[in-house]
Amino acid sequence: MANSQAAQQVPDVDALVRKAVARWRHDPTRLLQVLREVQEALNHVPPRALSLIARLLRLPLSRVKGVAGFYSFLSTEPWGRYRVLFSDNVTDRMQGSERLLAEMCHRLWVEPGKVSEDGLVSVATTSCTGLCDQGPGMLVNGRPIGRLDSERVEQICGLILRGVPLDDWPASLFAVEDNVRRADALLGHGLQPGDAIRAALGPVAVLEEVKRSNLRGRGGAGFTTGIKWEACRHATGSERYVICNADEGEPGTFKDRVLLASHADLLFDGMTVAAYAVGASQGFVYLRGEYRYLLDRLNAVLERRRAANLLGAAICGQPGFDFDIEIHVGAGSYVCGEESALIESLEGKRGVPRNRPPFPVSSGYLLQPTIVNNVETLCAAALIAVRGGDWYRSIGTLKSSGTKILSVAGDCARPGLYEYPFGVTLRQVLEDCGASHVQAVQVSGPSGNCVDEGDFDRRIAFEDLSTAGAFTIFDTSRDMFEVAHAYTQFFAHESCGFCTPCRAGTSMLMHSMDKIRDGNGTLHDLREITRLNRVLLMSAHCGLGHTACNPILDTMKKFRPMYERRLRSRDFAPAFDLDAALARARQMTGRDDPGAHLENLT
Amino acid sequence: MSDGPTFLLDGEDVPFAPGQTVLQAALTAGRYIPHLCYHPEFTPHGSCKLCTAKVNGRTVACCTTPAESAIEVDSNTQELNDLRRTLVQMLFAEGNHFCPSCEKSGNCVLQALGYDLGVMTAGFRHLYPDRPVDASHPELLLDFNRCVLCELCVRASRDVDGKNVFALSGRGLTKHLIVNSESGLLADTDVAVTDKAVEVCPVGVILRKRVGFAVPIGQRRYDRRPISAQALDDAPRPPDGGGHA
Repeated sequence: MANSQAAQQVPDVDALVRKAVARWRHDPTRLLQVLREVQEALNHVPPRALSLIARLLRLPLSRVKGVAGFYSFLSTEPWGRYRVLFSDNVTDRMQGSERLLAEMCHRLWVEPGKVSEDGLVSVATTSCTGLCDQGPGMLVNGRPIGRLDSERVEQICGLILRGVPLDDWPASLFAVEDNVRRADALLGHGLQPGDAIRAALGPVAVLEEVKRSNLRGRGGAGFTTGIKWEACRHATGSERYVICNADEGEPGTFKDRVLLASHADLLFDGMTVAAYAVGASQGFVYLRGEYRYLLDRLNAVLERRRAANLLGAAICGQPGFDFDIEIHVGAGSYVCGEESALIESLEGKRGVPRNRPPFPVSSGYLLQPTIVNNVETLCAAALIAVRGGDWYRSIGTLKSSGTKILSVAGDCARPGLYEYPFGVTLRQVLEDCGASHVQAVQVSGPSGNCVDEGDFDRRIAFEDLSTAGAFTIFDTSRDMFEVAHAYTQFFAHESCGFCTPCRAGTSMLMHSMDKIRDGNGTLHDLREITRLNRVLLMSAHCGLGHTACNPILDTMKKFRPMYERRLRSRDFAPAFDLDAALARARQMTGRDDPGAHLENLT
Repeated sequence: MSDGPTFLLDGEDVPFAPGQTVLQAALTAGRYIPHLCYHPEFTPHGSCKLCTAKVNGRTVACCTTPAESAIEVDSNTQELNDLRRTLVQMLFAEGNHFCPSCEKSGNCVLQALGYDLGVMTAGFRHLYPDRPVDASHPELLLDFNRCVLCELCVRASRDVDGKNVFALSGRGLTKHLIVNSESGLLADTDVAVTDKAVEVCPVGVILRKRVGFAVPIGQRRYDRRPISAQALDDAPRPPDGGGHA
C-alpha cells in the first residue's frame, strides 16, 4: 500500500513544489517558506522535492539540504499523516504531559518519536508551544490543542484511528483562550486600525515621541527603541526594513500569541509607524512555526488593511509613504529569536546568529539597515504615536517606562496574561494570580532568573528583574532539580551548533544532569557544571549559550539540598552503574548471592 | 614601531591597518593567539572560539573583532589558556579522534593545539558519535569522525573553487558536514583533488587516497615546530617583516 501511495504522489510532488516556488516568486531568500509549504502538504520534504527546489531556486542542493536539516519542523523522512507534537515545557510536564503522551502512544500502538507502521500517526515532543496557561498543549499537524487530559487524548485517538480529516474535528478542540486577567495601557488600548498611523503622519515627529517615551525592547535585551530606530534611519543603505520578531520561543512565554491573535491591527499599526520613522518600505513578521495556525488570520488582517489604504502605496493618502508587510513562518528553532539569526532565517538560510558588529541597524536583512523589534515593543510604539512619549513615560518607573505583559503560568489559580506598569513586585503578581505555597518563580524563562521567596519583593523592571515576559510559578511540591533538568534539555535541543562551547557544552551539561538524576552524581559533577558555565559565559557565540547554565546555577545556589540528596558522597563516580552492568552475567549464571553484587564493595 | 594606529596586546603595542581584525593584526605583527577555524585566506568565521580573548575586559573572538586604536587585549593569561584547553577538550570529546592511527597526525591543527596548550586528556566523557566514513570517491576519503565543523572546506569550496561541494546540515550536536549530491556521496559531486577545499581541512576529514604516511610521523609539520611558531610563519607579512624574533 505504501508503494502504490508513493507512486501516486510522484507527479504531485513536482506540481506542488513548482506551485510553492512560484508563490514565493522563485526567490531563493524564500527557501525556508518553500520548504515549509512542501512539508505541510506532504508531511515531509522528500529528496525529489529537495532536488527540484534547488534547481528551481538555483541553489546548491547541499544548501537546500542544510536548511532542511536545521529546523525541527522540517523532515526529509515521512512523519505520520497525523503528526502529534506534545509541548514539552516544564509547565506541560507539571500538568501531566508525559503521562498523557504515554497514554496516547499506548492507545495508538506507536512508539514515541516513531511513525506507526501504517504511516497513520507519529507522536513526539516539541519545545514549548505557548499554551502554558491552558496546558498541557499539543500541535496536531500544526493546529493547537490545549487543556489536554485523558478524555481529550481518548477523543483525539478516536479521531485519528477513524481517519477523520482535521477540518472535521470538533472546533472546540482547537479553541485557544486569550486569558487576559489584567489589562492596562496596552491590552486596554481602545484604538481603531490606523489611529496610530494617522497620528504619526501628523505634525509631531513620531521618532522624537518614541525617543521621549524611553521605550525599551520587550524581547529581553531592553535596548532603547528610539535609539535603534534613529540609528537605522541615519544608516547608509539603499533600502530599509522593519522586522517584527514574533518568534516567541522562550519557554513559558505566550503574550505575543495573544497580541497576534487579538491585537494584530495594533501590531501592524506599530510596524507601519516604525516604517514611517525609519524610512522603510518593506516589513516582515517572523512568526514562530508553533503559531502557524495564526497565519491565515493575520494574512486576512493584512488584506483588509491594504483595502483600507493602511498598507500599500501612499498610506493614508500620504504621498511617497509606501509600505507593505510579508509574513514568514519559522519552522521550530528557538535560536531564531536572536535577531541576527532571525534575519538569516528570513533570508532562507540556517538560523545561525551572525558575527557582530555590524549590527542589523546598519547591516541587517540583505545587508541593509534593519530594525528588529518584539511584538509587544511595536504595539507599545503604536500606542506612543497616539498618546505621546510624555504620557507613556509617566507610566512605570523612572528607568522603565510603560507597562509589561507577563505570561503567568505554573502553580497558580488563574494563569494567563497580566499587564502591569513596570515596578510591580513579584509578591503582587503572585497574589493577583492566586498562587500559594510558592517555592520559586522562573522570571523570563530558562534564560532568565530563578527567584525564591527571599526576593519576592523585587520588582519587574529593567533596573531590577528584567524580563521578556515569562513568569512561571513553582509551589513547594515541585522538585527544582527536575525543573533545571528540563530547562537544560531544552538548551541542548535548541543549540544551533555553530560555536564549540554551546554545541558541545550544552550536551555535556545535559550529561552531568542526567548523571546526577540517575544517582551517580558527585561533587566532581557539580564542579564540572561550574566549569562548563564559565566556558559558556566566556566564549559562547550568542545569548543561548551565555544563559544555558542559568537554570542550573540558580537552582544549585538556592535549592542546593535538592542536588545534594541525589549525590553519592564520593569525590568521583563513573556515569555507568557497575553493579547493574553485571545483571546480565548474574542472570546467565543464575547467581544472586551477595558475592555476585558490587554494591557491598562501594 | 610605525606611526600608524596601535592597540595593546598583553601589554605590548601591536600596529594594525584599518579593516584588520585583532587576530589578523596580531599574526601580522608576529604575535600568536591560538586559533583553529581562522585561516588567513578566508573570511573570519568565529565558530571555534579558540581565539577568545579579553578586549577591554569583555571576552570576544579575536578573529571577528575589528582592531581599534588603543583597545587593550589580554590573551596569554592563565584564565584564557584554561578556556582554550577546555575548548580543545570539547572538540576531542565530541568527535572520534584516534591520533595514533590517523594519517593527519603531525599535520593536524587540533592535535597541534592540544600539544601546544598542554591538553593531557579529553577531560569530558567522550560522546562517540556515529559518523560513517564516505570512501565512495576514487581519489578522496571523507572521515567525518574527525570533523571539527570549522567550515573551512565549506568556505573554500564556495569562495575559491566556486563549487559548493561542502555544506552543513543538522543542528546542535547533530550538526554535520554534507556534500553536494543527490546520493549524498562525494563520488557524485564535482569535487576535484586539486580543489582548495581538499587542501584546507585542518584535521583528518578530507584525505587523499594512496598517499598515506608518505612522510613519516615525527617529521611532519607540527612535529618539527609547535603550532604557535608555525602559525606565525604562515601569517601574511608586510614586506619589511613583522616584529617577531
